[in-house]
Amino acid sequence: MNSAALLSNLFNSLSLASILLLIALGLAITFGLMRVINMAHGEFIMAGAYSAYVMQNLFGARGANWAFLAAIPFAFVVTAAMGWVLEATVIRRLYGRPLDTLLATWGISLMLQQGARSIFGPQGKSIQAPAWLDGTITLGALVMPYNRLFIMALSIACLVGMWAFLYRSNAGRRIQATMQNREMASCLGISTRRVDALAFSVGSGLAGVAGCALTLLSSIDSNVGTKYIVDSFMVVVLGGVGQLAGAFAGAIGMGFLNTGWEYETTASLGKVLTFACIIVFLQWRPAGIISSRSRALD
Amino acid sequence: MYLNQKTPLLTERKLVEFLANRRSIGTMLALSCSVFAVGLSGCGNGGSDANTAANTATNAAANTATTSTDTSSGDKLDASVYDKADVKEVPVGILHSLTGTMAISETSVKDAEMMAITEINAKGGVMGKQIKPITEDGASDWDTFKTKAEKLITQDKAAAVFGCWTSVSRKTVLPVFEKYQGLLWYPVQYEGMETSPNIFYTGATTNQQITPAVEWLMKSMNKKKFFLIGSDYVFPRTANAEIKAQLKGAGLDPVGEEYTPLGHRDYATIVDKIKAAKPDIIFNSLNGDSNVEFFKQMKAVGMTAKDFPTMSVSIAEPEIAAIGPDVLAGHYAVWNYFQTTSTPQNKKFVADFIKANPKTPYTDDPMEAAYFGVYLWKAAVEKAKSFDVAKVRAASNGVSYMAPGGMVKIDGPTQHVYKTVRIGVVEPSGQFKEVWNSGQPVKPDPYLDGYAWAKGLKDKLKT
Repeated sequence: MNSAALLSNLFNSLSLASILLLIALGLAITFGLMRVINMAHGEFIMAGAYSAYVMQNLFGARGANWAFLAAIPFAFVVTAAMGWVLEATVIRRLYGRPLDTLLATWGISLMLQQGARSIFGPQGKSIQAPAWLDGTITLGALVMPYNRLFIMALSIACLVGMWAFLYRSNAGRRIQATMQNREMASCLGISTRRVDALAFSVGSGLAGVAGCALTLLSSIDSNVGTKYIVDSFMVVVLGGVGQLAGAFAGAIGMGFLNTGWEYETTASLGKVLTFACIIVFLQWRPAGIISSRSRALD
Repeated sequence: MYLNQKTPLLTERKLVEFLANRRSIGTMLALSCSVFAVGLSGCGNGGSDANTAANTATNAAANTATTSTDTSSGDKLDASVYDKADVKEVPVGILHSLTGTMAISETSVKDAEMMAITEINAKGGVMGKQIKPITEDGASDWDTFKTKAEKLITQDKAAAVFGCWTSVSRKTVLPVFEKYQGLLWYPVQYEGMETSPNIFYTGATTNQQITPAVEWLMKSMNKKKFFLIGSDYVFPRTANAEIKAQLKGAGLDPVGEEYTPLGHRDYATIVDKIKAAKPDIIFNSLNGDSNVEFFKQMKAVGMTAKDFPTMSVSIAEPEIAAIGPDVLAGHYAVWNYFQTTSTPQNKKFVADFIKANPKTPYTDDPMEAAYFGVYLWKAAVEKAKSFDVAKVRAASNGVSYMAPGGMVKIDGPTQHVYKTVRIGVVEPSGQFKEVWNSGQPVKPDPYLDGYAWAKGLKDKLKT
């Protein structure tokens, strides 16, 4: 591998890692912190992507440059609301019953997929990327498209935002307290119900932001979610459940593994080897790259 | 026996403990994720799917065996009952995925078939009998296709079934149609190397799509450095094996060959590899939405259609809409029909279809093949003066129809169709502009017997 290819691979790895981080960040909260196996997480990503499409239609051709920026908060609000409804109607009744949650949310994911197909039609929709994301920065042989740089920046922003929210704000501290010791938190006057609803909405909202960003790379159809759900769970499990740093480490690890293997072998074999590496790694370190020390788990 | 009813085998608490144990949850998820990923790759979009060509041979052998031992089976379809004068209505089956992954592609194909049936009924039906379509949902699940095919033939006694898209669904129902002597009309271009007495193939086989496209690129466009990229399953692999043989016949070798899993999303690495190989043409058999990511990534790193032109075999009008015409403009595709194909029949076909289906305002090659398939069946039945499958088959040779994409004619021995090959370039409007056509319908040659460079290929790909 010459230096140009090495640099290019490095950039591609980081780019893939940023995409993985973005799709897994919401799951790091709903699954990592709350231990809810939400199979409909992928469909929240889809809802975020369709929000971008709705925004594009709302702004029309002339507003294409701003539609995308407006779509990001809009997608967050839409999917956060969806998450809140899902939590209040289904998940709240199933806490402590992971298998039931898994099945119920999987059913909901199928309903959401069919719903999207009925509303938006079966064929894929494309999003016109804003003109200011059209272009590249070229450093010698290294070509860095703006859209990938934008996704990197967005996922770092989301990570920092989440970190500040979880570890520095009062609401975030209440979430942490509840997840670490529900009874004690309750005794101290925290409404754990409200905390659950808030945490789940925020996690879902992040999925919406991810969906919005992904429209820069691909088109949208009702099956978008199924393509991302596997990777997002993988990232959280590999990184280590329970901490944001885990999701970050997992995304970086998987991004580099996947790109490296794909470059050295082929895309199909690369994927297999990546999963194989992860399985072996988890045998060696079952808690993932970054293990949280919490009594609640033992 | 003293059974304590209050102690189930696995209590809920144990289950929660099991799931909470991080070793189990990690490994379990990792394992199930990989299983899921592998499973997903089996059900992709478009052209054809995961069964290997090897299965065809074994299937065919097994089927012949079943057919010969089962001749007395009472379940066999006897469509000649519909020939009686007092029968006013003939059931036919429509078997497509209306839910699941494949619904995106197959729903509009079903709509095209329904439109043909409605038109035929309005004009007096087939041999004066009304056609009653019975729609079944294959649900993008190959076992469901099999069950529904069996139901359509044995319970509904469908005189013909119009259906399937992926090759794997076709290969799954093939034994069913052969066992019960049903009749399937399959409307999608595919990888060739297959014939069945119980299937009519109205889509293109290799020599009506891929072979002439490669020929055109080499002869007319003077392209020498081919880069082959495809999704990782039987259609692209078979197609590329055929292309490589053809290139070899002209003394050429591809400068690169890459496959990506169905549903693959990140094309940064592959695009880097293409750029390094410096091809003058990229032959693309990627399937479904992978195309979106591939072309968007090419555009993002500044690889234009001028410097890196592609020839695609699975990109039609709806895919252009999904990928974005701005991304695809200037790239090539090869089909037998475009929405812009200028025939009087097509003007009417497009207008009628859009009027009937305002939500999917486009037509494409598989829809056209599905549409004229119904008309070819009607013509064959009327020529045979019977709905009986064996009689329809016997009468089918030479049956023709003026389809939206030009004249089509059934080739009796292969049960494929003579079709005109068309190469188009994508315009910024999202439509194709035809740049070349074969002038006349090309005779189908599913096993490529008529090509010197394909010698021995048949046996290699079949086993």
